[in-house]
Amino acid sequence: MINSIERSDLNAVLNEAVVGLPDDGNQVRDRIVGSIYGQADLIARKVVQDESHNTIDWSGKVDRVVMSGWLGLPVMAALLAGVLWLTIVGANYPSQLLGGWLFWLQDRLTDIFVWAGAPGWLHGVVVLGAYRAMAWVVAVMLPPMAIFFPLFTLMEDLGYLPRVAFNLDYFFRKVGAHGKQSLSMCMGLGCNAAGVVACRIIDSPRERLIAILTNSFVPCNGRFPTLIALSALFMGGSAVASGGSIAAVFTVTSLVLLGVTVTLAVSWLLSRSILKGIPSFFILELPPYRKPQVGRILIRSLLDRTIFVLIRAVIVAAPAGALVWVLANTSVGGASLISYAAGWLDPAGRAMGMDGFILLAFILGWPANEIVLPVLLMSYLATGSMMEIENLAQLHSLLVAHHWTWLTALSTMLFSVLHFPCTTTLLTIFKETGRVKWTLAAVLVPLTVAVALTLGLNLLIRLWS
Amino acid sequence: MFLKQRHRDQKKTRLEKVSGEPLVIALAGNPNTGKSTIFNALTGLNQHTGNWPGKTVLKSEGHYVFRGRRFVLVDLPGTYSLQPVSPEEQVARDFICFSRPQATVVVADATCLERNLNLVLQVMEISSRLVVSVNLIDEAIRKRIRVDVPALSRELGVPVVATAASSRKGLAELKEAVYQVSTGAVNTSPRRVTYDDEVEETLARLEPRLRPIIPEWVSPRWVALRLLEGERMPVEIFTSYIGSGLKGDRQ
Repeated sequence: MINSIERSDLNAVLNEAVVGLPDDGNQVRDRIVGSIYGQADLIARKVVQDESHNTIDWSGKVDRVVMSGWLGLPVMAALLAGVLWLTIVGANYPSQLLGGWLFWLQDRLTDIFVWAGAPGWLHGVVVLGAYRAMAWVVAVMLPPMAIFFPLFTLMEDLGYLPRVAFNLDYFFRKVGAHGKQSLSMCMGLGCNAAGVVACRIIDSPRERLIAILTNSFVPCNGRFPTLIALSALFMGGSAVASGGSIAAVFTVTSLVLLGVTVTLAVSWLLSRSILKGIPSFFILELPPYRKPQVGRILIRSLLDRTIFVLIRAVIVAAPAGALVWVLANTSVGGASLISYAAGWLDPAGRAMGMDGFILLAFILGWPANEIVLPVLLMSYLATGSMMEIENLAQLHSLLVAHHWTWLTALSTMLFSVLHFPCTTTLLTIFKETGRVKWTLAAVLVPLTVAVALTLGLNLLIRLWS
Repeated sequence: MFLKQRHRDQKKTRLEKVSGEPLVIALAGNPNTGKSTIFNALTGLNQHTGNWPGKTVLKSEGHYVFRGRRFVLVDLPGTYSLQPVSPEEQVARDFICFSRPQATVVVADATCLERNLNLVLQVMEISSRLVVSVNLIDEAIRKRIRVDVPALSRELGVPVVATAASSRKGLAELKEAVYQVSTGAVNTSPRRVTYDDEVEETLARLEPRLRPIIPEWVSPRWVALRLLEGERMPVEIFTSYIGSGLKGDRQ
């Protein structure tokens, strides 16, 4: 029966419909929508008793401060700093605890290998390579992630994120991008791959591309711990003392704000060059502040994060750790492969205030940003100084032994914020854009910026001193 | 507390025998009405996400068991209306209209009911199997906004349930109402929006002409309204759905 329907039948009725009314479709639509609104209003009047005008409008009062022209941005920066401070201070203790425990376990594993009479290379690959890389990821990277992510989700649940979008909308429109890009950017703080997916909320393809290409300029949850650890070690004195942690918070906050600035600058460049166009407008609804479901968020995101990080640690960090150990312990012509690779990268690294090992760590850590610092520590430990790290406080001495200064730390952090998206994010970008061209651009654009800024910083410092 | 509750729910789920075809339930609503909270509360961990075919809009599906029946809950994108302006609205409308869920739950925000009722009325024009969840009722009470739920149910002609999804209040009643409506145990008589005389006259003329040429599960009044608005989409959609034979041969 259905197959007998003819397209022409419907078209005939359509023509009749148009003849029926004198106005064009748009006017009829307004009248139809008007009737629906009228009736919704009528029903609401009958069933709703609204005495809300008698209560104090807290939402409005808070919004007047949080979204005011001159207080909005400082409040935002202060909140970010607050979250980072909690993360830095809170992560310190579990880091020490986990570190102590995991490295104790490493010694026991070694005992087992010795007892079983296993060959040295097997012990190296499994314990000194794979296990130790995982231990670093868990000890150094997991605690900050497990604290930052729930806090971030809490802000989201509270209803603060749309306010951030409101505050930043002006800037994004100024640079020719979409106001919603501030939302996808915020999602990038959690994970850049998620941030790239979040760019779907932007309807215009041009503005979506800008948002996708610049998403990795905000440090993701996998890079925050690197920034936090390095700034705690080098920007706030040698240990996380009370005064030191404030300097560290200031450094990390500044780096995030720099990331946002670079996002805006690159968006501006893109919308003036290869992605020309006029920004489209959008309507943003500000939901009321809601009491976040604290217990649920803490449990869910803590568990989710922990499991997620642990799985990544096994899948990515363990093979990378094993690879680093093999590279460090395979000598060709008197030097290990890792020294060859690092030596080859060294001139480029030095020019940007880092060294070959750091650049190599960024490359080996491409699959997941959270293993960059662990891989670096592994390669330092595997070469040259044969010092054993018993606790995390000795991290500082290890890095200093490899000629790290505050400038090395700053350059590394700067490069970490700017460099290139991890492979997971790149895969997402390819899926979202469907073009190799844009995926390549997503690597080259950040890389150019990262190289330019770190080179510039080091040139400036060298000229100065 | 909620963990305990969830645990109990799941235990019950496992013990119950599931029989019959699963019932498909669409979940619609304005953005920021706690729609996703309801979705999560009902389906728990039994979810999976993907994309709507051909669209970059996220599709979430989940399922739960109630009274021995399996319910597949489809979380539609949050929209303010069903006018197919954005891809989200189009996805929501097409699903309610063409995928013929056994029932549609519209989640409304109790603190601004009037705006939410627009969507309720629009959904009612497409599908009569409807349950309205007046969510965030606890927030409304805090703001001293009172909603007369029985009166709203009478006005709309469909079951209305007050819920506070974040504290799992009213969810059992909601599941019950969905069960009743989707299995046909309760018949709904949705209120029909009346338009101005000129529009109504035209509708009266078009509806009987449309009835024989569109599938019987599509409301001729709704198609007539879309045609009046000058929308060509129904024509395209009907022909493409018929042509592909995907949805057309479902009786």
